[in-house]
Amino acid sequence: MKRTSVLFAFLCASALASADEAKPAAAPVAAVAPAAAADFGSANIALSPRLSVSPKSIEFPESGGDQTVTITNDGNAPLEVKRVSVVQEQPVFLASDLTKTLQPNESASVTVTYKPDGKHKQSFGGLQIYSNDLHAAENPHDPASAHVTGVGLRAGTSWLLTAMIFFPLIGAAILLLPFFKPEHAKWIALAAASVPMGLAVYLYTVYDRTFAFASGNAGLQFIHRAVWIPSFNVEYYVGIDGLSVTMVILTALVSLIAIGASWSISKQLKGYFALFLLLETGMMGTFCSIDFFLFYVFWELMLLPMYFLIGIWGGPRKEYAAIKFFLYTLAGSVLMLLAIIALYYNSSATVLADGTPAKHTFDIMKLAYLNNGFTHIPPLLGIEFTKLVWVGLFIGFAIKIPMFPFHTWLPDAHVEAPTAISVILAGVLLKMGTYGIMRINFAILPTATEWAGFAMATFGTINILYGAFCAFAQKDLKKLVAYSSVSHMGYCLVGMAAFTQNGFNGAMMQMFNHGTITSMLFILVGVIYDRAHTREIDKFGGMATQMPRYAAFFGFAFMASLGLPGLSGFIGEALVFLGAFPTYKIITILAATGVIFTAAYHLWALQRIQLGKWNDAQWKDKTIFPDLTMRETLTLVPMAAIVLLLGFYPMPILQMIGPGLNDLLNHWGHVTGHLAAGSLAVMP
Amino acid sequence: MLDNVQSLSHFLPETILSVTILALLLVDLIVGKPNLKRSAMIASVGLGATLLAVIGGWSSSRAFGLFGGLMAHDPMGDFFKIFFIVTTFFVGLAATRARDAVDYSAGPEKDTESAEFYALMLTTTLGMFLMATSTDLLTAFLSLETVSIMSYILSGFRRRNRQSAEASLKYVIYGGVASGVMLYGMSLLYGAAGSTSFSAVRVAVAGSSSSMVVMAVILCLAGFGYKIAAVPFHMWCPDVYQGAPTPVTAFLSVGPKAAGFALLIRFFTGCIPSSVGSGLDASNPWPLLLGIIACATMTLGNLAALVQSNLKRLFAYSSIAHAGYLLLGLTAASAGGTSVHEGNLAITVYLVTYLFMNIGAFVVIMAMSDAGLGEELLDYRGLGKRAPLAAFCMAVFLVSLAGLPPMAGFVGKFYVFYALIAKGGTLMVTIAIIGVLNSAVSLYYYARILRAMYLEQPPEGAAPLTLSRVHTATISIMAVPTLVMILMWTPLVDFINRSLLQWLPTTVTVIHAALP
Repeated sequence: MKRTSVLFAFLCASALASADEAKPAAAPVAAVAPAAAADFGSANIALSPRLSVSPKSIEFPESGGDQTVTITNDGNAPLEVKRVSVVQEQPVFLASDLTKTLQPNESASVTVTYKPDGKHKQSFGGLQIYSNDLHAAENPHDPASAHVTGVGLRAGTSWLLTAMIFFPLIGAAILLLPFFKPEHAKWIALAAASVPMGLAVYLYTVYDRTFAFASGNAGLQFIHRAVWIPSFNVEYYVGIDGLSVTMVILTALVSLIAIGASWSISKQLKGYFALFLLLETGMMGTFCSIDFFLFYVFWELMLLPMYFLIGIWGGPRKEYAAIKFFLYTLAGSVLMLLAIIALYYNSSATVLADGTPAKHTFDIMKLAYLNNGFTHIPPLLGIEFTKLVWVGLFIGFAIKIPMFPFHTWLPDAHVEAPTAISVILAGVLLKMGTYGIMRINFAILPTATEWAGFAMATFGTINILYGAFCAFAQKDLKKLVAYSSVSHMGYCLVGMAAFTQNGFNGAMMQMFNHGTITSMLFILVGVIYDRAHTREIDKFGGMATQMPRYAAFFGFAFMASLGLPGLSGFIGEALVFLGAFPTYKIITILAATGVIFTAAYHLWALQRIQLGKWNDAQWKDKTIFPDLTMRETLTLVPMAAIVLLLGFYPMPILQMIGPGLNDLLNHWGHVTGHLAAGSLAVMP
Repeated sequence: MLDNVQSLSHFLPETILSVTILALLLVDLIVGKPNLKRSAMIASVGLGATLLAVIGGWSSSRAFGLFGGLMAHDPMGDFFKIFFIVTTFFVGLAATRARDAVDYSAGPEKDTESAEFYALMLTTTLGMFLMATSTDLLTAFLSLETVSIMSYILSGFRRRNRQSAEASLKYVIYGGVASGVMLYGMSLLYGAAGSTSFSAVRVAVAGSSSSMVVMAVILCLAGFGYKIAAVPFHMWCPDVYQGAPTPVTAFLSVGPKAAGFALLIRFFTGCIPSSVGSGLDASNPWPLLLGIIACATMTLGNLAALVQSNLKRLFAYSSIAHAGYLLLGLTAASAGGTSVHEGNLAITVYLVTYLFMNIGAFVVIMAMSDAGLGEELLDYRGLGKRAPLAAFCMAVFLVSLAGLPPMAGFVGKFYVFYALIAKGGTLMVTIAIIGVLNSAVSLYYYARILRAMYLEQPPEGAAPLTLSRVHTATISIMAVPTLVMILMWTPLVDFINRSLLQWLPTTVTVIHAALP
């Protein structure tokens, strides 16, 4: 009964804590049910040390300084203090080292120092005290025993990402208001998508390219963090680092361009643009989420709008394509849900944004950096825990990439989807798979990732070659481009599976570049479909004579896609091969042959459509093929400019992703016990 | 434990409900002219008073044994009473405009049997109150029968409709068999324990031979499983759901099912010991038993739902599948230790989300048939254009039933799978995997309705549908919590948590001596 009431008190406390998301910065922590401590261990008969700390929370002024914590041995046996460290070790917070044996009733003090760097506010979870107090070891979440459950300063709150995530949603709500006419919808959507783009430009200018994990805040910038669901320790936690910054910018860019490409949509405009903006919120949220639960919610949030966008505005077999996409993706993500729960349940104790101690956490950074790869968890279903969870997560991501043999939804979805949705699908959605693998599989389960590295590289190579061969065989231009996506995403897999700096850089580069190049390709396919109402390659010929500007962009995009040096596609592929070769010799050689096939099917398609003689038999009336309109040109030019610029000077991307990827590689190296063989930082 | 007179003050909600039932019938007798609105008003006033009585007598963390231990007045019972009141109120509200229920014969006799309809519904509610508070095999059986008999009559309420009559008859026959089997199981437990009280049975059978106890529990599960429509006692479900008036279907799919789970929670945590057999042979057979039933239930429900073309039948199979998910929670709860609380919490949270989404979906069907639409999937083509609000809310309910975030259904599923994964072990993880794959399968048939509503064009010449205000209001009230629960579910879960605290593991632990 006593125990029940204690738990009751704890629940009440957590219920109270739920309401105070708006706590001011540098808030001290509410002591949680201190009565709980007195209850445990009172029946101890044997001699045991008993650790207690005071004060329970410490607070720093913004200018930094020292704070002292007293550790007392309340037990009746000597207490060995083995180590005192700051949760989530950060150089800006230092705990003075204490290795000492305390006799009963003896005390010692520890000094915690905060050295602010003036640029980013820092947070720290609390102090971890390693000792021979068994109770403290068994109840790390019990605030009375081992933790100074305090936060110093909270990481500075930035509304930038929150605005980028939710502005499209607000736009969707506005355009659904009854007094807006359907024709207004596209303009409102354009405005709503321009805001994240504007913010992305701002983000690009202010993003700190030197900021790494060692700088603090787990390497994250633009953090916005608050407790969301206290009963499950879920936080609203968004932030970006080298892994996600380019993806966030890409999402804003591709979404804006896709709104431009949606201009010719004519039916149910309000519904279309509202769903489109909801989709953008989902994508943006997925890339920004650092809380795994939040990540999952955004991840699933994308499914519905995508289903309707393909299913309502798609081509002849739209219903089949839409449900196939929906079921495939959901089947993958339900397994991911189980994996998330398993990781959460086995995670170590930590503290939430408001300083409440939490037994488990959904914080991806803490799952990664405080749990040592989950290698100590006993096996499940007769399989190593890490491997089982890794596979559960990976299937969800692999379906999204899509990795062979889970790729069959992609050609269907692409062929049926309207142009703008294909652009989003290939430009952003596929990257979520590879991003998820890097952010989650690599960071949280490094040992299992090492175990699966060879398989990932093999499947990546199959993707490259299989996608290329399938593209060869396609009669439908859009299907050809769809399979080229399958092929190109294979490079990302090979690159990241290599565990080298170049491989990581290459994979990340390839993700960004594929996003821009493939967006152009789908817009170009849409342009010709709008005019001819067919995409069959053999029906065309000599288009360059009729649509010279179109032919120029077409040739440019195809060259970029096949990896012509000087255009951005080449950089990603080259880095992938450079990075992968030291790790997987034969696989890299095989994968590199994909470049030849890629060039072949691109050039062949280019030749059949643009060159040769005009197909008089098919198209007697040439006037239905006017050259690119102003709007179409406007959607293509920004992408083309980026492709060209990055082809000659990839540093804007490499500088942004560098520190984040470096941290990831180092973390992988530390947990698995060896740093990668080819981890020479070629790029600064 | 309180004696009969002391207990009466704790029996106020049930008393008020009984008075309301009598008042419903008497007023019609006295006034002489049946009136639907008046009956509905009396029923809702009665429900409101009952709600106040439940809140007024809130037992906080205390548990009282009433009538010498036949029933309990405890937070869990109070929670479920509120749950049943909400269910009955909203179904009753929507039923005021349901063409095929109260107004079953149309024309001049319109209001004739409205008083009986509401009296029967409230009697079922009373039965559910008793089910959720039973702490004795005897009260468990009697309350279960009360609910069952009322359900038979309600499902046959459309007297001149053959389907309705068939549904009622099937329900009676299956129900009779299930009750008999359950009674036999209970008699075995009584034989072993010499008492019908849950707590006495729990203590007495802990050491008896495990095969007898397992057999008795399996027999009892026939009765409980029948109430919640678990495989293999689900056969009545599709026919009854299809044949019964839609408000009755909505009511049966939530109310008695929840009552069944409340009783199951009490049965498995209060009556059945978590390990049976003696000495080293002691084992816990319940997770395996319940896990198999749960997997069979959800798999059969989902696979059968894939091919249905009648919406009420489709939702019948869907509700079987949901019973399966709920049984997953019970499986975790039966594993003992901290899982008891986690599993029961999962069941209860799931039931709350299920209340909103399932009643919501059925009220949409009700509203549509009120507006002149059929109950076939084909009739729903292009509904997104013909009735945008109803279609949107239906989409919300369907996505929620499929368990996709950000809808409420996801919260319920999350708790269920969390309970399983937190318990861990081969069995729990295996059934969790089967469970999530099932929820992926279920998406297909929910998406078929989405597809009909939004992806397909309405039939030629179809006019926009107008909904009655009652239905619009009910649908919206159900849709709002379904949509926003994800934003802030902590207060709800804390409340449920406090209602279930009595199931936290007690300090009784069996320590096995280590063998050399």
